[in-house]
Amino acid sequence: MEDNKVIEVKGLTKMFGDFTAVSAITFDVKKGEIFGFLGANGAGKTTAMKMLIGISKPTAGEAKVAGFDVASEAEDIKKNIGYMSQKFALYDDLTVKENITFFGGIYGLTRARIKEKTNGLIEELGLQHHTDKLVGSLPLGWKQKIAFSVSLLHEPKIVFLDEPTGGVDPITRRQFWEMIYKSANKGTTIFVTTHYMDEAEYCDRVSIMVNGKIEALDTPKRLKEQFNAETMNDVFLKLARG
Amino acid sequence: MKRFRGFIIKEFYHIFRDKRSLFILFGMPIAQILLFGFAITNEINNVDIAVLDHSKDASSEEIINKISASSYFSIDQFIERESDIETVFKQGKVKAVLNFEKDFSKKIIKENKAYIQIITDATDPNTANTIYNYVTAILQNYQQSKNRNITTPYQITPQTRMVYNPELKSVFMFVPGVMTIILMLVSAMMTSISITREKELGTMEILLVSPLKPIQVIVGKVVPYIFLSVINAIVIVVLSIFIFKMPVEGSLFLLGLESVLFIITALALGILISTIATTQQTAMMISLMGLMLPVILLSGFIFPIASMPFILQIISNIVPAKWFIIIIKGIMLKGVGLQFIWKETLILFGMTVFFIGLSVKKYKIRLE
Amino acid sequence: MSIVVDGISKSYKSLKALNNISFDVKEGELFGLIGPDGAGKTTLFRVLVTLLFADEGKATVAGFDLVKDYKIIRESVGYMPGKFSLYQDLTVEENLKFFATIFGTTIEENYELIEDIYVQIEPFKNRRAGKLSGGMKQKLALCCALIHKPTVLFLDEPTTGVDPVSRKEFWDMIKRLQLKGITILVSTPYMDEAALCDRIALIQDGIILQIDSPEAILKQYPKLIYNVRADNMYQLIQSLKLYEHSHSVYPFGEFVHYTDKRTYFNPNDLKLYLAEKLLTNITVEITEPTIEDAFMELAK
Repeated sequence: MEDNKVIEVKGLTKMFGDFTAVSAITFDVKKGEIFGFLGANGAGKTTAMKMLIGISKPTAGEAKVAGFDVASEAEDIKKNIGYMSQKFALYDDLTVKENITFFGGIYGLTRARIKEKTNGLIEELGLQHHTDKLVGSLPLGWKQKIAFSVSLLHEPKIVFLDEPTGGVDPITRRQFWEMIYKSANKGTTIFVTTHYMDEAEYCDRVSIMVNGKIEALDTPKRLKEQFNAETMNDVFLKLARG
Repeated sequence: MKRFRGFIIKEFYHIFRDKRSLFILFGMPIAQILLFGFAITNEINNVDIAVLDHSKDASSEEIINKISASSYFSIDQFIERESDIETVFKQGKVKAVLNFEKDFSKKIIKENKAYIQIITDATDPNTANTIYNYVTAILQNYQQSKNRNITTPYQITPQTRMVYNPELKSVFMFVPGVMTIILMLVSAMMTSISITREKELGTMEILLVSPLKPIQVIVGKVVPYIFLSVINAIVIVVLSIFIFKMPVEGSLFLLGLESVLFIITALALGILISTIATTQQTAMMISLMGLMLPVILLSGFIFPIASMPFILQIISNIVPAKWFIIIIKGIMLKGVGLQFIWKETLILFGMTVFFIGLSVKKYKIRLE
Repeated sequence: MSIVVDGISKSYKSLKALNNISFDVKEGELFGLIGPDGAGKTTLFRVLVTLLFADEGKATVAGFDLVKDYKIIRESVGYMPGKFSLYQDLTVEENLKFFATIFGTTIEENYELIEDIYVQIEPFKNRRAGKLSGGMKQKLALCCALIHKPTVLFLDEPTTGVDPVSRKEFWDMIKRLQLKGITILVSTPYMDEAALCDRIALIQDGIILQIDSPEAILKQYPKLIYNVRADNMYQLIQSLKLYEHSHSVYPFGEFVHYTDKRTYFNPNDLKLYLAEKLLTNITVEITEPTIEDAFMELAK
């Protein structure tokens, strides 16, 4: 099922001068999969993700995202992906509605479509009484949920999530994962980069990067078996310590 | 004391490791002085002018000779018709036209009054203004020399502006202003930034929790900048004396003391800003908008206070820089002693005490 | 008692950051404050290290009153704020030296206390702090907080944003410090770190949900928890939520943690129900609760 792959990476490499940040990584991600892209700070996961979303050119190797080449068709990629990071998600000084309208606008949605989407989204998140509140005044967990919905506004094939639930309270965090499962169930591919190992437990498959290389790639269950560990955290510790 | 010394050593590390602030600290004064001294000069040299002489008599000729004899102007051409004025301006070489009315000499003798029209190319208003000033200066000079021989003196317009700078050397006017700006910039902006940087970094939290007293933190922040500002003041004075041959008429010691006073005023303002601002960016904005603009616009450095609207004249009184400029102009250009500037000094001193008091009161030993 | 907190409240405008917080920390105890971002952990720390005034309530640290004796408290506590708060443009050694001097001591005088942490960063002592990796920065910050030999140590989210390896190392260091008799109050949003503390307070929205040892908190968990698993995660969660007897349904990694309302619950009933919903590869197994389960049950 070649068509089923929405991300195909072959020997992707990025050098900064003499320093190899990402060293010939190879992996595929299937449609509707929740893929965890793990690694310590500085292991190269941010650099790798930047190449996949088309804002950094690979030094060598190739990668196709949503069927487009990252080196030559970056603009097409951007239209087909959504992105959400914990550091920046929404504008705190705009209201919920203004944020949705703004992000809908930059992805070229028509006004009618934005309106329809806004209503759907607000209803789904139960925000009917909060549409005119400034995003900055909402609890962190709500913001993350709105941000995730906003990244799905233009119905992208793949959503990239950067440490989406760090620091969020346990209940909201689970609501967040339920939202992720829901969109994965609809066929959206979810690509999660994180160094929180408990976020990794929720993924269908995970890869672990150490020093620019992918050192492990499998389902959390099999990785735990392979490394004889109880949690992904232990798997990571064993891998990183060699 | 050991704690305090450790703090100051740390401050110097910060200053010397931050290439950007180092550049501002030492590059700025030199750049500004040279810029004002050489580039943004109000002086003119051999400016080409044209003459339209309707009378062609003894007096007009005498004036024309006087003007062309000065090093400021050279007469490019004589024109015959009013309509030529526009043509010569359009050619662009000529910056001013002197237009003598008919029967110039006769009118001086009969009516004690005669007119010369000075038409300047105001596309460059500064030069135009300077040309106007220079020409009137030459005319006055001429009037004065004439009046000595004549019983009934004819009209004189007094020109007090040039008394203390007879050659109209603009760099002399700029040095006090530039010095004020530099001291203000280095002292107020740099201290406020360096204090807010600690807030932004979160290190202020640790400093507050340490046994270091708040006053030690403040003074420790300020001492390095007093030191640097004094060096800057010296650099500026030395530059202006040696490069621009600026005379310092009054006591250098008094100049030094007054500068230290102003530096402390500025530092107090810097601390005050840092008690309000929470980020380096706001500190910088407040320093620029709240301090630098008034220094440039309201201190009398560029725009004479006397020609400001009444309300701005009043506001200018609360700008410390205004008083400092008066003081150092007095010392540098007029050579006056403390007996002539004690009032200004006292005002500056009062302001300093006020700002220090206010910032000590506003300085928080907690985060709120 | 090393720390006694009695009815502390603190508000920012309309937000109640701390609501009637009370707890004690015994001498030499490792006490964890566990809660998500925005729970009020940092505010509580700032109140306890005398950086903020509480609106209500009182507290003593090392036997000294927060308001009256704030100067003594400031000399006797070590505080490591959540954000990395060292001078990035000073080297490792200069930072340490600076903090030693402002506390009126020297590195040599208290070297014994920081030795086993400092040796790990000593090879980089001439490197600027800003150029260190996340884990290294935390170690340096800990050294700086310890340099004056505090009796009580406040560590505000020391492991946030730090990778798992450095996190583990950091906790090992905290444990060793505890052995030297220092009382430690540490906050963290990671529930899995709770088990490493002697006692913990679970905190959310400025309210303490429970205070006890991690073991006791787990023991008090009122229900039996089942790990449920099936091929389609989303369908599974939806079906479980619709199940009339369900008490709580929380995704938990590759499983769903399920609790039932009934006293007598037969897992086979649930399996049958899920099979009816066309789910495949269903497993239902009893499992142990975690601190996260306890937290969610209390916060519900």
